[in-house]
Amino acid sequence: MSSMPTDHVPTGDAPEDGAPVLDVRGVGVTYDDVQALDDVSVSLRAGSICGLIGVNGSGKSTLFKALMGLVAPQQGTVELFGRTTAAARKAGLVAYMPQAEEVDWTFPVSVSDVVGMGVYGRLGAARRLRPADRAAVGEALERVGLTDLARRQIGRLSGGQRKRVFIARSIAQDARLLLLDEPFAGVDQASERTMTALLRDLREEGRTVLVSTHDLAGVPEFCDEAVLLHRRVLAHGHPAAVLTQGNLARAFGAAPSDAVPRPLLPAPIGEM
Amino acid sequence: MDVLAFLVEPLQYGFLTRALAVTVAAAVVAAVLSCWLILMGWSLMGDAVSHAVLPGVALAYIIGIPFSIGAFVFGAGAVALIGIVRSTTKLKADTVIGVVFTALFAAGLAIVSATPSQIDLMHILFGNVLGVSASDVWQVLILGAVTLAILLFKRRDLTLLAFDRTHAHVIGLNTRFLSALLLGLLALTVVVGLQAVGIILVVAMLITPGATAFLLSRSFDRMLVIAVVLTVAASVTGIYASYYLDISTGAAVVLSQAIVFAVVYLVGRPDGVLWQARRRRPGSSVGGRRQSADAVAAAAVAPRCSADDAATSGA
Repeated sequence: MSSMPTDHVPTGDAPEDGAPVLDVRGVGVTYDDVQALDDVSVSLRAGSICGLIGVNGSGKSTLFKALMGLVAPQQGTVELFGRTTAAARKAGLVAYMPQAEEVDWTFPVSVSDVVGMGVYGRLGAARRLRPADRAAVGEALERVGLTDLARRQIGRLSGGQRKRVFIARSIAQDARLLLLDEPFAGVDQASERTMTALLRDLREEGRTVLVSTHDLAGVPEFCDEAVLLHRRVLAHGHPAAVLTQGNLARAFGAAPSDAVPRPLLPAPIGEM
Repeated sequence: MDVLAFLVEPLQYGFLTRALAVTVAAAVVAAVLSCWLILMGWSLMGDAVSHAVLPGVALAYIIGIPFSIGAFVFGAGAVALIGIVRSTTKLKADTVIGVVFTALFAAGLAIVSATPSQIDLMHILFGNVLGVSASDVWQVLILGAVTLAILLFKRRDLTLLAFDRTHAHVIGLNTRFLSALLLGLLALTVVVGLQAVGIILVVAMLITPGATAFLLSRSFDRMLVIAVVLTVAASVTGIYASYYLDISTGAAVVLSQAIVFAVVYLVGRPDGVLWQARRRRPGSSVGGRRQSADAVAAAAVAPRCSADDAATSGA
């Protein structure tokens, strides 16, 4: 178990470069009698920004849950950095940025408290931050431009600032794979530009960013690749090649399609 | 000197100093736990556990073991039962909690009524803090200290669990263990609080201090401190009120806490209800409403445009 922030993926038991950061093979997930994912295979290399695109209920959040080990697929396998999701989590390689609605903004925590939670995985049982950890938190706050607001309660921030708190948390964590759930929802244009610039910087450092969204604005410029999901992977590749009229019609249910019998699956029920 | 006499007089009685010690100790542990409980949204769980210990207490009296063992077994058992039923049905949490705790409470009542001479039901339900023995005091102090120590040692993990369970899971923490730990400590706290205020009113000690402190704090550590300070003040006030006004001790303590909550709710913070009412001006919200209507309209149009743009650029 690494005790210090690492600049590189610990390669001890991971394949050498070129190996996928994320390797999903033939994954199927069924909730009761509703099939949320069907034979989904996706592979991502390090240092890319990928848009995961689909309507609500297309299986985006189920795929995220499978990547985070929150649902166990009935079929197929999920590997991160050549290891099981559990091992990748233990090594602190994965970070998740929740949707704004999932966060309790009244919670009595400050910006730096939340960013500090990024480093908990490498601390002792009492999670007491050491000077090096405080420095990592300070650096992360600096990078997202929230140093002046470090002590502010998180509910007293603008929409864009709120998102940046969670980006800072994954920076402090030094995660290699960032899972962002609808990061641009409720964010103004200026903040969105700040965030995309930040995420591009993170990509330049060799991190991989997977962005779940049903909003197509900005995907062509922002993402290196796109995955169009509708229970199955409809297309995966360069955004321009993925976001064609025909593909979007199939994914967003604008045209009648017998390939997609159920345009809107009920959202999966979360656990307690 | 009148004030001093007023304060010292009750302390001449051993039973009152013991009552004070037990109540303050139980109140402090419950206040600390309540901060996480209300942030987790588990207030009802506190209610459930405290009621569910009744059969445990009754059985412990019958077989002659310390009541805290029986109470803990049934408190933890209730939590486990709720978890099992919840995860194997589609029922919502509050429904399962309601079914389980009323069933256990009724079982407790049945046991008590079947063995009438041995147990004083009123003491279990409403506490008998004026009748605690020295060994009871030690039991409460030791259990309370252990619970408090674990809570404070794991406070950062528990706060993370309450704030962002998914992140806790993603960075490799065992969220199931942490949930179980918090529920186990809840059962212990109920056991500690039983002596002081009884199983009906212990719920108040598990919710009100955290709720009051939440209204006053923007940081969790401050919330803990405020909850403890207010609950100690309320407990001491309650004990003295019960002595001088000759009212039920448990009731006096819980009422004191409720009064503190009411004062804080009304005037204790800049956005207190009374200040808000005074500041309110008619017509000031018109601009805001108009703006939000515009925002909604814009939001409704935006995704459509962007989807079209992307589609054209892609094709």
